[in-house]
Amino acid sequence: MNWIRNAAIGLTVAICASTPSFSNEIGNAADGEKLWGECKSCHAIGKDAKNRVGPHLNGIFGRRAGSEEGFNYSKGLARMGKDGLIWEFDLLDRYIENPKAFASDTRMSYRGLKDEQKRADLLAFLRRYSDNPGDIPEAAPTVAGTDHDVDPSILAIQGDPEYGEYLSSECTSCHQLTGDNDGIPGIIGWPAEDFVIAMHAYKDKYRPHPVMQMMAGRLSNDEIAALAAYFEAVEP
Amino acid sequence: MKINRRLFMGGAAAGAAATTLAAPMVHAAGHGKPKVVVVGGGAGGATAARYIAKDSKGEIEVTLVEPSRSYYTCFFSNLYMAGFRELGSIAHSYGKLASDYGINVVHDWAIGIDREARTVSLAGGATLNYDRLVLSPGIDFVDGAVDGWDVTHQNAMPHAYKAGSQSELLKAQVEAMPEGGTFAMVAPPNPFRCPPGPYERISMIAHILKEKNPTAKIIIADPKEKFSKMGLFQDGWSRHYDGMIDWIGGDFGGGNVSVNPHDMTVTIDGEVTKVDVCNVIPAMKAGKICDMAGITEGNWAPVNPHTMQSRVDENIHVLGDASSQGDMPKSGFAANSQAKVAAMAVRSALTGSKLFPAKFTNTCWSLINDNDGVKVGASYEATDEKIAKVDGFISQVGEDAELRQATYEESVGWYAGITSDMFG
Ligand SMILES: Cc1cc2nc3c(=O)[nH]c(=O)nc-3n(C[C@H](O)[C@H](O)[C@H](O)COP(=O)(O)OP(=O)(O)OC[C@H]3O[C@@H](n4cnc5c(N)ncnc54)[C@H](O)[C@@H]3O)c2cc1C
Repeated sequence: MNWIRNAAIGLTVAICASTPSFSNEIGNAADGEKLWGECKSCHAIGKDAKNRVGPHLNGIFGRRAGSEEGFNYSKGLARMGKDGLIWEFDLLDRYIENPKAFASDTRMSYRGLKDEQKRADLLAFLRRYSDNPGDIPEAAPTVAGTDHDVDPSILAIQGDPEYGEYLSSECTSCHQLTGDNDGIPGIIGWPAEDFVIAMHAYKDKYRPHPVMQMMAGRLSNDEIAALAAYFEAVEP
Repeated sequence: MKINRRLFMGGAAAGAAATTLAAPMVHAAGHGKPKVVVVGGGAGGATAARYIAKDSKGEIEVTLVEPSRSYYTCFFSNLYMAGFRELGSIAHSYGKLASDYGINVVHDWAIGIDREARTVSLAGGATLNYDRLVLSPGIDFVDGAVDGWDVTHQNAMPHAYKAGSQSELLKAQVEAMPEGGTFAMVAPPNPFRCPPGPYERISMIAHILKEKNPTAKIIIADPKEKFSKMGLFQDGWSRHYDGMIDWIGGDFGGGNVSVNPHDMTVTIDGEVTKVDVCNVIPAMKAGKICDMAGITEGNWAPVNPHTMQSRVDENIHVLGDASSQGDMPKSGFAANSQAKVAAMAVRSALTGSKLFPAKFTNTCWSLINDNDGVKVGASYEATDEKIAKVDGFISQVGEDAELRQATYEESVGWYAGITSDMFG
């Protein structure tokens, strides 16, 4: 299902950080550079890049989430890093598609980039500044990203909040209804769509936490929708 | 509707009065709401009482019978022994269950159950009627399980397997150990409350000893050949407490044990050792009230996995440690999870609310040392025969320090979550 894991292994890639030129790129880095304009008010990249409002993005591919020394990450991203999340193409792709859905409490106030081609372009640009693009697909990714999003028909399911309330009792053994965020993140009052995307990210094992992967793994699409509908309406 | 007898106090105003119930006041209630009596205000009982009261929105009258005014959680009592928690932080009162949920909290012991008449009699003399009874009395110890020990010796050789004064006592004894002294634990056979509990305790005691008394020794006599998270604990013990802990498993005579509380000796497979502290954790069985109700088979009370109803009497639901249900371990997390399934089933039976398929989960975190947390967990579903494990996970040996710290922090979050799920 996930093309990146099947990407040609052992392809040797010549790297040249200053004037990179790749064949068979996943996106068009020149177009990506234009999109970068929006990112650079907060992020720096390239020679001497420093952390600013956001962390610098040199070497972002292969970097552990939340690990850039001296940068104050949101708890959620830091936790994902501890849980073992390493930024690779598919995860970065999901993250910039909808940052809040990927990491609920991320401080990156960016609404996300829905257009798949544009994301590919932007990532093609970013990867030029990573030393280790060996784990980036070099084969022509004709199917790039098609399985990333949650199917619109899943997002369209209207959850039954009453059922959600019953199911929620499984969640509240750990997550507090006050929305308290200590050690275990708060999950109330999220937009239902973000909740659904996040749960499917666990179900598909993009989000790394084993308890949540297990919990989400056994929930049906209807049950996830029901929980999303219920929790959306809970106020602290 | 037949005439029921019930405690005079009920409804939201009962809280403060109920907690100071001196002499039982009984009157004849006319017709009225269906009644649920919950015996035991621990992980299973408090959760069940709260969910039934909350979700029935006043349609069901809930009475909770629990002798203690403060519930000390066994979970995190090991952390208390190592100084990671204050005793007060693991104590919880029943005030909110009374004031915010209208539960009639009666501080008394249930001493008899008449299943025919559907009544519970209390040590204080009152009798409570029920339409459904929930029993979550936790565990008691099997008489004569450890040669030389019975509860009259629990001061000399504490079990600390019901939290509170026993936890304080054991902690004080460990802190008073002479330099280079010996701590012994007699570990219980399966099944028992909290499978990783004894080994987390060993870790926590090793933690204080390493700080205060680094030449002290720890011996564990264990009837089992394997225990929960064994690889993780043994790895942790060798990393943090190398050479301090001697675990004698069943294959090396660890089950052949007797103790002498008068001269403080432990005999393991014929070898007598003089010890300074001895933590005896005997074999366990369902809280005695289950036996009195006549719903046990062997040491435990078998239940129907879909609803947690007793296999013997469908008007009684048994939760938590006391039940025998299949694959779930006896843990607070499990009792809390089962309580919600039972609460739904009770409401459905008494008020006709929707009955959804039962689902259960469990995760047990353990702390091995400062910020070195591990976890094991699984999800379960009800089959006709038992609560059956569906899927699970366990921490891995060799995880980095950051993940272990995050796991510990998660357990702290879980503690806050489950205790507010129990007590409101
Ligand atoms: C050292 C230790 C560490 C643990 N750590 C964890 C952990 O980290 N995570 C976890 O999930 N679990 C843990 N546990 C297990 C957990 O404490 C139990 O599994 C859980 O408390 C079981 O809930 P319960 O409702 O069955 O019983 P309990 O919580 O013991 O509640 C039973 C209650 O019933 C009352 N009672 C008994 N008889 C009567 C009667 N006749 N009338 C009225 N009231 C009565 C008792 O006073 C008690 O309050 C640990 C246990 C120990 C000992």
